Amino acid sequence: MTQIKLPRHHDQETVGEALRRQGISRRGFLKFCATTASLMALPPAMIPRIAEALENARRPAVIWLSFQECTGCTESLTRSHAPTLEGLIFDAISLDYHHTLQAAAGEAAEAAREESMKENHGNYVLVVDGSIPLGNPGYSTIAGISNVDMLKEAAEGAAAIIAVGSCAAFGGLPQADPNPTGAVSVADIITDKPIINVPGCPPIPVVITGVLAHFLTFGGLPELDELGRPMAFYGQSIHDRCYRRPFYDKGQFAETFDDEGAKKGWCLYKLGCKGPTTYNACAVTKWNDGTSFPIEAGHPCLGCSEPNFWDAGGFYEALSTPTEKIARTAVYAAAAGAAVGVAAGALNAASKKRAISQHQTTTLDDLTPEAK
Amino acid sequence: MNKAPESFPEFDIPVTVAEEFTGNVTPLLHEIRHAVQALLAEGETTTIDMRSMPLAPGEETRIETLLGEGEIRVELNALGRSDIIETRFPGVWLITHRNTEDVILGKHIQISFIPDILKAQQRDIEAGLEQLSSELQTEPVNDSGEKP
Repeated sequence: MTQIKLPRHHDQETVGEALRRQGISRRGFLKFCATTASLMALPPAMIPRIAEALENARRPAVIWLSFQECTGCTESLTRSHAPTLEGLIFDAISLDYHHTLQAAAGEAAEAAREESMKENHGNYVLVVDGSIPLGNPGYSTIAGISNVDMLKEAAEGAAAIIAVGSCAAFGGLPQADPNPTGAVSVADIITDKPIINVPGCPPIPVVITGVLAHFLTFGGLPELDELGRPMAFYGQSIHDRCYRRPFYDKGQFAETFDDEGAKKGWCLYKLGCKGPTTYNACAVTKWNDGTSFPIEAGHPCLGCSEPNFWDAGGFYEALSTPTEKIARTAVYAAAAGAAVGVAAGALNAASKKRAISQHQTTTLDDLTPEAK
Repeated sequence: MNKAPESFPEFDIPVTVAEEFTGNVTPLLHEIRHAVQALLAEGETTTIDMRSMPLAPGEETRIETLLGEGEIRVELNALGRSDIIETRFPGVWLITHRNTEDVILGKHIQISFIPDILKAQQRDIEAGLEQLSSELQTEPVNDSGEKP
C-alpha cells in the first residue's frame, strides 16, 4: 500500500467523536465498522483495526469537480436510500465543493472551492467525474474556467485524486470515436499526483465510498491494478465471481433472450456478456442496495469499467465474434470448460482492437441473432 | 391508454436458476464446521462475510434454511435493526445488519461463544454510569421508587 499523508482538518472532530455526537453508541460504531469492512471488501478479522483507525481519523476535506459528464456518477452515489452507510461516510468527510450538491452557486460556490483549496493546500482529496476536453476549452467550462485549467489548479494542492467513473478514469463516452471534443482522462493530464481510478458507468456507489472509507481508515492509497483501480473491488473479473459461471463451464448458454437457456438462467456469454474481460465488483456487491446486478436480471455485462468499452464492438456480440469463431469456442466450452476463457480472452483482444478501428455500431439486429 | 392484458405469458422470463447452484453452499458449511472445531480447540472466533462470495438467487436463503434457528434471537437497535440469531448449531450465529430503512447492509456468520457486538462496551457503560449518577443527583428517589 502506498502511504501518503492523510488529508485532515485539524480543527475538526474525529469520526468517532462525530458519530458519538449524533448519539451513536459504541455498539452502533462497531456495527458501522463491520459494515465498512464489508464495504471495503476487507476480511471481517480487520474489523477491530478499522474501529481503532476510524475512531481517531479526522474528517478530510474533499473537493469534487464535475467536467464532461452526465451526473450519473453523482446520481449513483446519492440515489441510495438514506440514511445509508454511504451517508455516514459522507458525514465523516467535509465535502467543501460539489456544484451539483452544494447549496451555494455562482461566485459563492467558486469562493468556497478556492477557500478550501487554500486552507487545506496539500491535504485535500480531489474527486473528479467527467472527462476533460482538450479540443476547444469552450466545450466545457465552469465559471468561465476551462476544465483543464480548473483540474490543473485543483490538482496542484491535492494529496490524492480519485477519478470517479469511466469518463474521468479513461475518457469515457465523450472520448468515443470520433471524440469530437478531444476528451481525455485525468491521468492523461495529471502525472505527478497519486490517482485512483474508480471506473464504471456509473461506478457502484459503495465502491466510491469504499475508496473514501479506505482514506479515512488507513490514510493511504489502496492497492491498485495496472489501470489504477483498487484491487479490492476490481481485482477479479465479473466472470470469475458470477453465479452463472457453472453454466459457462458446462457449455450451457442462452442463445436468445427468451429461449429455454435464458429461462433457466444459463450463461449469457453468447449474448455478448463481457464478464470474462471485465473487472468490477458487480457480481458480489451488486446494485440497488445489494438487490441484483445486470447478469442476475438477465442482461449481459457491457464491460463498462474497462477502457474503450463504448468502441469495443456490439454490446450483444459475443467476445469471440465476429467470424465463425463463436461456434468453435462454444464447442471448446462444452469440451474443455474453463479453459475456453483463455481462448476467449485472446480472441477478444483482437476483436476489440478491430472493432475500435472500425467503429462498429449496435443495431436492433444485434438483439436477434437469427437475423445475422 | 391501452388496457393492460391480464397476463404476460410472452414476457415470462425468469432470471433465477432453477436447479443448478454455484456449488458454494457445501464448501461454506464445511468452512463453518472447521471454524467450530477451531472454536472448541483454541477458542478462536471466526467471522464469514456472506457478501464476499458469489451466490445464486436463492442460495443465501438455502444456507440460512440449512443453518436453521436455535435457542437465541436478539434484536439490536443501533443505526437500524440488527438481528443476531444463534443457528441450530450452538456457537454459530447469523448476524444481519440493517439501516434505519430496513435495508440490509451486511450479513455475517460468526462462530464464537457470544457475538462481539452483544457485549456491553466500556465506553457505553461509562456513559451510562455517568447518566445514572446524574439522574440520582438531580432527581433522587426514595426506597419505594417514588420521587420525593
